[in-house]
Amino acid sequence: MNRNRERIARIFLALLLAGLVVGVFLLWRRGEPAILVRARLPENGGWSPAALTVPAGIPLHLRLTSDDVVHGFAVGQTDLTPVVVIPGEISEVTLTFKTPGKYTYYCTRWCGPDHWRMRGTIEVLANGASMVERSRYLPPLYQQLGLDIDAPHPAAITPAGRPAAAAGHALLRQLPDRFLASGYYRSHSPADAWKELKNEPLGEKLTDPQLWSLVAAIWQGNADSETLAEGETLYTRNCAACHGERGDGRGVLAGAVNREILTTESGLAPAIAWPADFTEAGNMLGASPALLQGKILRGGMGTGMPYWGPIFTEEQTWAIVAYLWTFQFEYEREGNQ
Amino acid sequence: MKIQSRTIAVTQPRRVEITSVFSGRFDLAQIHWLRPVIASRWPLFLARSITLAGLVFTILAGLIGTPVGGQNFAIIFVWIAWWTALKLLFIPLGGKSWCSICPLPMPGEWLRQGGLVSKGPGRIGLGFRWPKRLRGYWLQTGLFLTIGLFSAVTLTDARLTALILAGLLALGIGLSFLFEKRAFCKYVCPIGGFSSLYAQLAPFEVRVRNLDLCTSHAEKTCYQECPWGLYPVALRDSSQCGLCMECLRVCPRDNIALNLRRFGGDLHDLQPTNRIDEAALGLVMLGSALSFTAVFSGPWGSLKMAAFRIGSAEWLAYAGAFLAFNLFLLPAVFTLSAWLSRQGQADQRSLRHVVAGHARALLPLGLFSWMAFTVSFALPKFSYILEVISDPMGWGWNLFGTADYHLSADFATASPVIQVALLLIGLTWSVNLHFRSMGAAPPRGRIHPSSAPGVLFGLGYTLLQTWLLIG
Repeated sequence: MNRNRERIARIFLALLLAGLVVGVFLLWRRGEPAILVRARLPENGGWSPAALTVPAGIPLHLRLTSDDVVHGFAVGQTDLTPVVVIPGEISEVTLTFKTPGKYTYYCTRWCGPDHWRMRGTIEVLANGASMVERSRYLPPLYQQLGLDIDAPHPAAITPAGRPAAAAGHALLRQLPDRFLASGYYRSHSPADAWKELKNEPLGEKLTDPQLWSLVAAIWQGNADSETLAEGETLYTRNCAACHGERGDGRGVLAGAVNREILTTESGLAPAIAWPADFTEAGNMLGASPALLQGKILRGGMGTGMPYWGPIFTEEQTWAIVAYLWTFQFEYEREGNQ
Repeated sequence: MKIQSRTIAVTQPRRVEITSVFSGRFDLAQIHWLRPVIASRWPLFLARSITLAGLVFTILAGLIGTPVGGQNFAIIFVWIAWWTALKLLFIPLGGKSWCSICPLPMPGEWLRQGGLVSKGPGRIGLGFRWPKRLRGYWLQTGLFLTIGLFSAVTLTDARLTALILAGLLALGIGLSFLFEKRAFCKYVCPIGGFSSLYAQLAPFEVRVRNLDLCTSHAEKTCYQECPWGLYPVALRDSSQCGLCMECLRVCPRDNIALNLRRFGGDLHDLQPTNRIDEAALGLVMLGSALSFTAVFSGPWGSLKMAAFRIGSAEWLAYAGAFLAFNLFLLPAVFTLSAWLSRQGQADQRSLRHVVAGHARALLPLGLFSWMAFTVSFALPKFSYILEVISDPMGWGWNLFGTADYHLSADFATASPVIQVALLLIGLTWSVNLHFRSMGAAPPRGRIHPSSAPGVLFGLGYTLLQTWLLIG
């Protein structure tokens, strides 16, 4: 009798514990179709998992949660509205990629000095003949032009003050067309443009400040108000924390990023590691838009500058570049043009 | 102690009249429908199996679930549900009853006895006796303080909670293998110490019905089978009895009673004691309640951060202050009050006896202080329990549709009222016991002025805790 009771008790306990483990496993499997993506500060691991794979056209259900601070989730080069990822809460998002290729998801909140390292990739696999391979971009302009984005680019000449585009706007009609083409703007630095204009018949008649105003007007001619507004939004959201809202390289996280660089890559001088100052004419006016685009796309340059290539579309990159010139030139408001 | 002499019908328990050895007690084992439940090992085994499964699940959840404390079953069930239930229900109403269904010592105990519901042949264990020097509450006091030092992290870190539970489980198995009986529960488990101390206030006790029947019984099966190694005849209080009722099951003379008694029955007729380890544990519990209230419910963010940043200079300062307060300051103040009292009464007993005796009167103060702390610490978080039942791992499940449940009840208004009421009950009860320990209890006895230091100690403590909780 006792032996039977004992046997029953043992079977019961074994079934209970086995059922528990199996139950947990089955529930875990049940939750599998939706992938849980945990967000942690980059120094604690960043996104987990950091690499996802999904066939094109198949919905990818993600459940996002944070294990530490508030993060944001967005996928580069898509129109997905960033999703806030709150500690202890689950945010759900469903993504359907029509075009195969590699996409990057990233944190949109300034979660810490290493925030920009918080990246993950989604590999979208071709799924059937109807799917078109994601178009391959032409090499970016800075590569086509063979620019060395790590080399110093001091401006040979700088204006005495901040050039105003308004003063040069009336002179634009007298310029040869090549100065007004977007290709010219993108491939020339303002200092180069100033020198070329100086040698033009029109330039010989103008004073140096008038010439700078003309350069500012050319530069503004390549940035409509919508582009500037988009550039400002993107800059504020992604760049201002380090480069500062005023573009002076003194953003709230500039020091932290600087310290991080010095800690991790000892030997770098603080002056090199500090984020670029877009208000400094000596450097800025010696850079072409293509050069700035290259710096944004690739990042680095001995600073904590992230690489934004997988995040921004080409239009977005040009919009940010266009906005950067507002730290050098005083643009005329649209209504006054 | 009033002892009644009654004739007990041994073979027909259902027909036995409700009797009791002690006055003011009601023997639940004589209720005809309840007795089979008490006498059967199955309900206890069932409860133990469920708590063991719960423990395994808790450890799993802590290890593989979300590290966000508020979303993890391990944190919510251990520190909100179980810890609260222990302080508000199990101990005040059932004494050490939790210890009977606690899963931590069970695997070890089952291995040692070679069976789950009965003893079997394949017993595993060396059966050493617990070293005499390590007896008493000292180890438990030390472990409680040690865990307390890390409490800010333990209470929020699911993995650490799981590791502590797994460690205690392993320790329970290891000590069961090495030593006889429940050495782990009696001498090591910090919760065992906490429960033992305050179990004396609970309204249940196991006692023998007729002392003569026991003295003539040679085998002492109750003693042999008691997991804690207790001899019911010698029980003077319920501090070690887990109410598992094994003694009742094996008693061939049906001489064990499960008495319902007045609250604090063990303390009603205070016996002289020189248990300084019990006094130390009582004072540490008293001090810990204040310390935890200051850290978790107090308005000082820097204190909270210091408790959280383990290993930092701030934490070392916090740890030093925590230990100094619990081990030196509070005991020193209490000893001073006992010494003043002794001087005033021209008490002939040693200071050790006076301190130990007066410390027993602190038990209600301590338990109710913990209860008051629990009201503000745990009750507002109770809705988390429903959430983690549906999503125990924090993986976004909603198994029972309660994952998004948020309790809207506002505890802010009710909490202070409940807390003050609890603290006042604890103070009144303690002061009453203090008067008794001084040889006088109103309205029968005259209150001697030498009671004043002890009363002032209790009053000062209550005011301090009230200020920390609602000030």
